[in-house]
Amino acid sequence: MTPTWAQVAYLAAAVCFILALRGLSSPRTARNGNLIGAVGAVVACVAVFFAEDLRHVIAILVAIAVGTVVGVVGARRVQMTQMPQLVALFNGVGGGAAALVALLELHAVVAVAAGAGVAKFDLAATAFTIIVGSVSFAGSLVTFAKLQELMTTRPVIFPGLPIAFGGGLLAAVVLAVVLVVQPAMWVGVVLGLLGLVLGVLLVLPVGGADVPIVISLLNAFTGLTVAAGGYVLGNTVLLVAGTLVGASGTLLTKLMAAAMGRSLANTLFGALRGGSTLGAGEVSDRPVRSANPQDVAILLGYAHRVIIVPGYGLAVAQAQHTLRELVDVLGEKGTTVNYAIHPVAGRMPGHMNVLLAEARVPYEQLKEMDDINGDFKQTDVVLVVGANDVVNPAAKTTPGAPIYGMPILNANEAHQIIFMKRSMRPGFAGIENELLFDPKTTLLFGDAKDTMGKLLSAVKAL
Amino acid sequence: MSEPIVWLTIFVLSVFVGVEVISKVSSTLHTPLMSGANAIHGVILLGAILVTGFTDSTVGLVVGLVAVVLATINMVGGFVVTDRMLQMFTGRRRQEPRA
Repeated sequence: MTPTWAQVAYLAAAVCFILALRGLSSPRTARNGNLIGAVGAVVACVAVFFAEDLRHVIAILVAIAVGTVVGVVGARRVQMTQMPQLVALFNGVGGGAAALVALLELHAVVAVAAGAGVAKFDLAATAFTIIVGSVSFAGSLVTFAKLQELMTTRPVIFPGLPIAFGGGLLAAVVLAVVLVVQPAMWVGVVLGLLGLVLGVLLVLPVGGADVPIVISLLNAFTGLTVAAGGYVLGNTVLLVAGTLVGASGTLLTKLMAAAMGRSLANTLFGALRGGSTLGAGEVSDRPVRSANPQDVAILLGYAHRVIIVPGYGLAVAQAQHTLRELVDVLGEKGTTVNYAIHPVAGRMPGHMNVLLAEARVPYEQLKEMDDINGDFKQTDVVLVVGANDVVNPAAKTTPGAPIYGMPILNANEAHQIIFMKRSMRPGFAGIENELLFDPKTTLLFGDAKDTMGKLLSAVKAL
Repeated sequence: MSEPIVWLTIFVLSVFVGVEVISKVSSTLHTPLMSGANAIHGVILLGAILVTGFTDSTVGLVVGLVAVVLATINMVGGFVVTDRMLQMFTGRRRQEPRA
């Protein structure tokens, strides 16, 4: 029986998690919110050492030290551009840990009189934790591979995938029932392996641009897994923390999908209906108009209103600092310059804000999509740097395109559009952008940082 | 405390709290919020410590320690990376007067 003081500590930790989530939903309180969450987690994990008569304490402490070093080094070293895949990875290992905890608990239960006398509901929760934890683990690893571009970012589909997934799901339910009726270790292990396969099958058909939504969904999955694990272990703080994350994560997933103009079902299963094949093969060799940095500098130098549309390519090339300098110089020449931030610019909602904040771009120059979309008509030059899908008119005009329905920035309404691009390669969603061939469009090819530097000196020389 | 109805009550109330507390979040904060929530479920570490501390087989110990390492990575790494992200948001506000 857990001592009362420990129960109180667990309750305090649960309150910390609620305050953390509330803090994280407002910019002013976000950082403190995160710290409160960390305090809660530490309180709960320290309390357990004093509350229970644990064995192997030294080994556990060593394991915690190892995990801490790996986690801190990973979190500190990661480039801000690669942060989405790191979050995916952290989520995955959490899900994996929950599945292992449930398997160990099953092991303990089976050892005692072959599981006789264990409440059926406990066993059902154990089965749930094992399956969903494994799904989250494997699914997160696939999202990691997609974001890191270790594998193709396009949807991977093969004939029979829906049948395989459906069959796997059915088998998992059957096995879960078997586990409840006749608890045995092998059933748990098979469930775990099945969960891994299901996790892979779930994420494979998801296209690159939708991966962030899936990370958020898997995050919610892991939350629910932890909640079920809390029930199995009879621990309130796990139950509350897991449920909080499960519930808020589900809502967050819906909000993210809405920001991209997608439904969750469309995100997960859209590719299976054959929606994403558009633009797959045809590499266009239609003529485009390209220019050198001097030409573009003149366009920018004599413009009154300029809007910058930054994308992931900007951050990958680490050109955001040079871009900020360019904007400063243009500002001194009397040009009004703003940044148009698409909600999903970068790899995740809000990712671009983080990246530009890192380059110390003043907050008031960052305009959200809804605030700036009306301004493009009166804008002389739009400079699109390393972005593509977020200005692709196909989102409005081409039903069936993978990004159809996603709200976009109305860059096409400006007088002049300049695309700074490495190549004619399509964006993360893998579809061609009609805007590149628009008569108003000029292309400036090259590495964003390099070209941005040339552009900056050309503008200075005007 | 093993009454299922007590647990169900906690569960249902937590669902409502979880939805309520984040319902007004702006899209700017989606990424840090997801990352922070991700760190919170790292508290499964507590569960990993419990099962490892009560196991009496070698296999159990090994599996348990793996779970402890994974859960710690989730929890510690999650909070640190979220803080790094949010640090930039705060840093930016301090820049504002100069801008």
